[in-house]
Amino acid sequence: MLKLLFSNQLYLALAQAMVAAIAAMVVVLFARKRGIHLESETLVAMLRGIIQITTVGSILLLLLRAPRWTSAFLLAGMIVAAGATSARRAKGMPDAFRVSAWSIAFGSGSVIALMTWLGVIDTAITSLVPVGSMLITNAMNTNGLALNRFRADVLAHVGEIETALALGAEAKNSVSPYVQASFEASLIPAIDSLRSLGIVWIPGLMAGMLLSGARPVYAAIYQFVVLAMIFAASGLTSLVSTLLIRDRIFTAAQQLSLQPGR
Amino acid sequence: MTPATTVILSGESRKAAHGVEEPQAARTEMKVERRSHNPAPRPVEQKHEEYIVKIPVTAPLTSDPILRTENLSRAVKDKVLVEDATFEVRAGEVLAIVGPSGSGKSSLLRLLNRLDEPTGGTVYVEGIDYRQIAPRELRRKLGLVNQRPYLFPDTVEQNLRFGPLQRGETLSQDSIEQLLTLVGLAGYASRNVANLSGGEAQRVSVARTLANSPLVLLLDEPTSALDDTSKREVESSIQRIVRDQGLTCIIVTHDTAQAARLADRALVLESGRIVSQGPISEVLHA
Repeated sequence: MLKLLFSNQLYLALAQAMVAAIAAMVVVLFARKRGIHLESETLVAMLRGIIQITTVGSILLLLLRAPRWTSAFLLAGMIVAAGATSARRAKGMPDAFRVSAWSIAFGSGSVIALMTWLGVIDTAITSLVPVGSMLITNAMNTNGLALNRFRADVLAHVGEIETALALGAEAKNSVSPYVQASFEASLIPAIDSLRSLGIVWIPGLMAGMLLSGARPVYAAIYQFVVLAMIFAASGLTSLVSTLLIRDRIFTAAQQLSLQPGR
Repeated sequence: MTPATTVILSGESRKAAHGVEEPQAARTEMKVERRSHNPAPRPVEQKHEEYIVKIPVTAPLTSDPILRTENLSRAVKDKVLVEDATFEVRAGEVLAIVGPSGSGKSSLLRLLNRLDEPTGGTVYVEGIDYRQIAPRELRRKLGLVNQRPYLFPDTVEQNLRFGPLQRGETLSQDSIEQLLTLVGLAGYASRNVANLSGGEAQRVSVARTLANSPLVLLLDEPTSALDDTSKREVESSIQRIVRDQGLTCIIVTHDTAQAARLADRALVLESGRIVSQGPISEVLHA
């Protein structure tokens, strides 16, 4: 229907974005009726998202002719931004930004570097940056989930943790069940994505490749490759972030510093 | 002075803390076997090293204090929780910390166990500044029992094994039974903690702390969350431990009658400050 109204591709894209945003806001209004207030957060997130992605699209357009090494700077910038976004999910956790940024850098960076070296990811900016950004984004989401879950679990089990400490447990042992639970919970989306691939969803990358004329089987296999890389990057990120944050919620005298109301 | 008796609970080559030798017949021995970190088989005679710790029960009151605080203070965001608390506890003595709700009793106990860091002053354990003792060793020495038992979801036996396991030691089956007998729960070893009553869970919690063979037992309102029957059961277990076995104990309680039944001395806290301390009868009837 929109295609009948808009012949210009830019106007059509804006109209499609508007319709999709309205659908998202309808959900927010339903949530509001149940007393869950997400209006301002969702609105700001959507506005930020559309501005950021169109900016990046424009930059990519400019970078098509730039030397290949510039993609390293772009990806590094993305990692810093991902660290800052992710750290917000860990309110009150000491050193959350640094933990997030280092974990995402290690998790996604090592997978991107290895896969680029092996030739799984093409070194062209138009390939490295989009695929790299997918890994970084998913690592960011996983990191946010892990830190958020860990924080909630620790705050809900202060008594158990301090009991273990009082019985002479090492700080890291006193929170080990919560480190494990956070790691497992943070990987649920990545595992479910792999599990439901092709049955529940056909990811955007594959759809894009099909639209641009790639052979369906190659597009499908490459989509699996990307999801497997996402899983590896997310897993590594979550592993590192839970271990790093674990050591930061205790003082040098093995006292639990993450406490309700402190 | 009654003859000293000894509870022998843990696995470390520490000698009697206060140099009071007791007759063998007057001891209850609980042995801890050190678990081997080496997976290779070892000769049978070396398989289990046994470490016996003696805790004198009624050391002479003239001996040096087992625990002494000096101007111990803690403030969080300008809120004073404990201020200039100075007191001492001698071996075999039971000290009650009493005071109204919010007076800083539990905060003081947490400082003793170093679950919180003092913002002023310090604690001396057997004459040593407790900041010079590794936190894990300190917490083993000053065993804390919380108001709520916070048992780990497993069997009673596994809960009792937890503390020694942290040091790579395995509590023997005999020790487990003796500890459970001490708290009136003989035969409970294989029970799942999910099936215990509140009073039973609290007694398991006490036994679990004792499995670490503490020098001093710190009890934080151990009966305040219990009904009357459970309260009596837990209190009688504590009686057995502190009175019959003579373990040095600091008990936080808002129940002055309980303090009078259990303690030798008391200190009264108000707004984080010690307002009086002395023999139980004098302090509570002042």
